Amino acid sequence: MQNYSLFNLARNALNNHQGWREAWRTVPLKEEYDTLIIGAGGHGLATAYYLAKNHGVTDIAVLEKGWLGGGNIARNTVTIRSNYMRDESIPFYVKSLELYEKLSQELNYNLMYSKRGMIDVIQTYPKLREIKRRMLSMHLHGSTYEPLDVDDLRRQVPSLTGGGPNSRLPIIGSMLHTDAAVCRHDAVAWGYARAADDLGVEIHQNTGVQKLLRDPNGSIAGVVTNRGTVRAKNVALAVSGHTTTLTDTIGLRLPLRTFNLTAFVSEPVKPLLDVIVNCPDLGVYLNQSDKGEIVIGGAADIGQSFRRDIKQAVFEESVSAMLELFPSFKKLKLLRQWGGALDIAHDASPIISKTKIPGLFVSAGWWGGFKAIPAGGLTFAHLIANNEQHPLSEPFALDRFDNLNFILESGTTAH
Amino acid sequence: MLEISCPFCGPRSETEFINGGPVRETRAENPHDFADSDWVDYLILAPNPLGPVTEEWWHIMGCSLWFAITRDTTTHEILPCSRKSHD
Repeated sequence: MQNYSLFNLARNALNNHQGWREAWRTVPLKEEYDTLIIGAGGHGLATAYYLAKNHGVTDIAVLEKGWLGGGNIARNTVTIRSNYMRDESIPFYVKSLELYEKLSQELNYNLMYSKRGMIDVIQTYPKLREIKRRMLSMHLHGSTYEPLDVDDLRRQVPSLTGGGPNSRLPIIGSMLHTDAAVCRHDAVAWGYARAADDLGVEIHQNTGVQKLLRDPNGSIAGVVTNRGTVRAKNVALAVSGHTTTLTDTIGLRLPLRTFNLTAFVSEPVKPLLDVIVNCPDLGVYLNQSDKGEIVIGGAADIGQSFRRDIKQAVFEESVSAMLELFPSFKKLKLLRQWGGALDIAHDASPIISKTKIPGLFVSAGWWGGFKAIPAGGLTFAHLIANNEQHPLSEPFALDRFDNLNFILESGTTAH
Repeated sequence: MLEISCPFCGPRSETEFINGGPVRETRAENPHDFADSDWVDYLILAPNPLGPVTEEWWHIMGCSLWFAITRDTTTHEILPCSRKSHD
């Protein structure tokens, strides 16, 4: 791998930067691999990287329907956090944050990681009680959650001028999650792709999987793509909203439903918001990107949907909620919006699991999967290589549903 | 935004409704004929098609009727609805 360093930058400057090589290769598609990973998004590429790095599996092809990093990794609000409620979830996300913190160095790729913290603004007493309980369980697992009184909150977020004592929902408290961070979402996909490629992983874009293939003995045999049939011993799905579309082709039913989750950004403005602000009682969250845009997200659309559009009602709800707390943002102009198809499991917790079809693995149900990419990749790679769960992902196996052993982790922002 | 035709009130805005999820398989008449795994499947599995899905809606801000429509999950196109009581 061509190292990205000050020395190499200077050396390449001497020949007008003509010497930089492509970050990953484009190679012909073979007919057979040891492991196929479907989906070159955050989770797929991270899984390929950790499979090659930690488990020495390098005969891997990552198949991508569109372009690398064009799915939900390009369609999130870049928040990395670990403020969860359940004993199963918190350690998983704590590990993910730990990996994110050192990821730029590990991948030799600048992720523009910024550990800026997240503030939960609380406006109802039930939520205040819930968030205090959350604080106690988070402290048990080494995550950070500290109460912040309203004066300190207003000092830290000067643009938060709404929610006063006479408003509909006055702010009664807040909580600071100092571990929370943001980073450049595309760079996560590109960084993992480049590092995985260097370890011998092949990445094939514009290779859409149409069908999974099963061997007469019952195990997975490979996949049918628009570029022909590819055979493999292991097939790992990391395709987010389209997981059931693929598993339906092989008669495997999973407890997943696909929803559209949208977000939008304003025009760029001067720096005014240096933390992530989450308002669970109103169902809106926002942060300011490095370019100066205010990134705003809300709740998922009602009803299943594979559309990546935004509904006027969802947009209005998020904006009016935001304006209750940030009335001066009324002047902001909207720049663009996006949506992502995400699959939500029956208990709203992720699924990292083998299936009843030997050799077929799924990583799905990621509702806010951006923050989970390093730990998701690490544990999914461990599962594929050893056919055994990593201790961190043990609770997220499909067999939890057999005993209705749900991990009820409702959304932190919206339900 | 969707315009959903309530069988009683006529076409109304989506914001007046609550989505009840896709219509699932009918509950078994005799639970004793049912294996545990079938029961789990009945509870947790729901259709998630890339295309038309028949789902229930509740007109909570209107006449309170439960009814089913068939909606395409890729286009939001709504096919004619049928009146259905909720059990």
